[in-house]
Amino acid sequence: MTTGVSLAEVLLGVMFIGLIAYALFGGADFGAGIWDLLAGGTRRGARHRTLIEHSIAPVWEANHVWLIFVLVVLWTAFSTGFAAVVTTLYMPLTLAAFGMIARGAAFAFRKSISSLPMRRFFGACFAASSLATPFFLGTVVGAVASSRVPPGIATGNVVTSWLNPTSILGGVLAVLVCAYLAAVFLCLDARREGYDDLADQFRTRALGTAATTGVVGLVGIFVLRADAPLLFEGLIGRALPVIVVSVLAGIASIVLLIVRRYGIARITSSVAVATILVGWAVAQYPYLLLPYLTIEEAAGARTTLVAMTVVLVLGSLVLVPALVWMFVLFSRPPRADSAEAVEASGARSSIV
Amino acid sequence: MEVDVAPLSIVLADAAGNLYPARMQMAISLGWHIVFSCLGVAFPAMVMFAEWRGHRTGDAALHELAHTWAKAMGVLFAAGAVSGTLLTFEMGILWPGLMNTYGEIFGFPFVLEGFSFFIEAIFVGIYLFGWSRLSPRAHILCAVPMVLAGMAGTFFVVAANAWMNNPVGFDVAPDGTLTNVNPIAGMFAPSMPPQVAHMWIAAFMVTGFGIASVYAVGLLRARRDGGHRRGEHRDRYLRMGMLIPLTVAAVFTPIQIGVGDWIANTVAELQPAKLAAMEAQYETRAGAPLSLGGIYYDDELHYSLEVPYGLSLLIHHDPSGVVPGLEEVPEEDQPPVNVVHLAYNTMVGAGSALLLLALVYGFAMWKRRHWIENVWFLRAVAVSGILAVAALETGWVTTEVGRQPWIVYGHLRTAEAVSPAPGLFLGFYAVAVIYVVLTVFTVYVLRRLASHHDVAAPYEGSDADAGRAEERSGAR
Repeated sequence: MTTGVSLAEVLLGVMFIGLIAYALFGGADFGAGIWDLLAGGTRRGARHRTLIEHSIAPVWEANHVWLIFVLVVLWTAFSTGFAAVVTTLYMPLTLAAFGMIARGAAFAFRKSISSLPMRRFFGACFAASSLATPFFLGTVVGAVASSRVPPGIATGNVVTSWLNPTSILGGVLAVLVCAYLAAVFLCLDARREGYDDLADQFRTRALGTAATTGVVGLVGIFVLRADAPLLFEGLIGRALPVIVVSVLAGIASIVLLIVRRYGIARITSSVAVATILVGWAVAQYPYLLLPYLTIEEAAGARTTLVAMTVVLVLGSLVLVPALVWMFVLFSRPPRADSAEAVEASGARSSIV
Repeated sequence: MEVDVAPLSIVLADAAGNLYPARMQMAISLGWHIVFSCLGVAFPAMVMFAEWRGHRTGDAALHELAHTWAKAMGVLFAAGAVSGTLLTFEMGILWPGLMNTYGEIFGFPFVLEGFSFFIEAIFVGIYLFGWSRLSPRAHILCAVPMVLAGMAGTFFVVAANAWMNNPVGFDVAPDGTLTNVNPIAGMFAPSMPPQVAHMWIAAFMVTGFGIASVYAVGLLRARRDGGHRRGEHRDRYLRMGMLIPLTVAAVFTPIQIGVGDWIANTVAELQPAKLAAMEAQYETRAGAPLSLGGIYYDDELHYSLEVPYGLSLLIHHDPSGVVPGLEEVPEEDQPPVNVVHLAYNTMVGAGSALLLLALVYGFAMWKRRHWIENVWFLRAVAVSGILAVAALETGWVTTEVGRQPWIVYGHLRTAEAVSPAPGLFLGFYAVAVIYVVLTVFTVYVLRRLASHHDVAAPYEGSDADAGRAEERSGAR
């Protein structure tokens, strides 16, 4: 291909949009679970947990499907790359899948149970797995980014490929980013529901997490320079403008949080996180598995790529309106004549 | 070129050691998921029906049913979604040989399935949490995409499975790579239509008999309690809870027997080794008997019941038809006969028992309404859910184990597809433990929902209000 973008790159780009969507929406759901974990005792944390449950209950399952989408696109369009990644990294991926099982099941179960001990137990499962799952997924990114996944089936070291400085950095950053996004998202949700004091508490958490993420990011520069030189080279080279955008968006978010402009802070925070992922992709380009396997080498049969492109276009025509409707529906207050609206205002006055 | 054999032999040793645990891990994961995916496909249709009838007639019992079922559906859907996620990983983690070479054709239906699942998840969220945000009409209509997406998802997944049974849509080059790949053609393997029909109907049967059996137990308990605590509303609630799903299941059961015949004929034509294993028949013969039960060893089935000419009649609709036996298949290409034969017999047995129940139910509705109150009828309905799940699982074992030793029939052996990664077997133990725990909790939560279905979950402070509000707004 001499001109422009190849079909394989288009598909990988679409997959990457899915990955960013998962990082933002799925990530915020994970982060909400982390704040559920850190909300304190049963009584003290009750209001935080209520807000968290209200925010994520209707949407978490749809947000979670982004991951399935990423996996099936990878395995169909880039089968050899997918096989290499999942076999070498089967341990963190299996652990992440277990985390998703514990998290999803416990969250759904908790909603359906009224006995306090069981609710505490399911709540603890939900919250602990919300912390563990993004960590394991982050180690997977770290493994690929630090050239520890060679092509072929299970040819990498199944232990050190994901237990190494870059993977640990990836895991920690993933957890922090999830927590940060959730805190920012919950600021707006809390204000919408009329709980300004809760919004202030999540604002403090967002600012604290942002500062921590910044520090870890600075330390990460040295980790990557020593442990993932190829990626580092790309990050300070071709990907530098993207990283600069990420840092600027991060700084803007902090300012917006300080002045309590939660709506715009959501957007700038999302940009800051998305550009971290984009920066990784740009730094790796044109490799799927740095530095062994390029995107073109990993791509499957052309007929499959064409069929997938058609499917992705047609599918998104159905999917995107449905997703938008779902988010709009749940960001609006319930019907004014519904009992929930009446109850909610009553509940508000009783607990605020 | 010099080939270093030492590392290769280590890899092979690992792969051989991984085969059994990987197959068991897959069996547990799929065997668990298949039940919940059936419920995910068919349950929304029944909830929608109850809500629609309740809305139209103002029947409080139907209204209550719709709300209780919606809550149960939320739990079941979550269980199905998370177990499906694990499977997405396992496909690659356990069977990279399949993904590596055939991903570009085998994976394609899963991309479509991804979209179906997305639509399903969106509308499940909207349906479960939209009671007070949508008009009743819009709310009922939200179940339609749920049902359609569930059925589409079944189609895509079963199409992929049918491709594993009868791979089409590609050629193999001399170097082993695929050429002329056509992923669309790959979804239309010759065994796809009967397999998809069989699975769709199975979903409605498992859900129908499964839910009906829960309410049959409720009716039996109410009867044992001698009628106190059993107001007219409660009575009607339990009865409708049993009759709606039972009717659905009873209508589909006779159709399923016909589809079963269709599928058996497809297998006879396209996978003779699987059919021979299902019938545990070694010799190729005309006028083959239908064998029930027994144990297969020394190339012969012992201690079985034989129906003379049964198999020839079943396959060829002719008593003198020739049915090929396992002797036609090289030993290394034969599936494990006993597992397949007994699983197949169990499925047919359970299916026949369900057919009998369906016929009795149909006759009762037509001529003998009072039979439905009969304690033996209720007991039969109470075990029908277990039978339906047994038929589902054994039917799935028949098709999956019957395909062995192939993962892609005639092209790729399961032993060649398994990952050689060291330590992979640990996943099997972990998955076994996790699914035992998950099963216990799922059953516990569903039982709590059944017995406390009118109690909203307290929010350790304030949720009670929100929960009750949701309840009340729905009941308005």
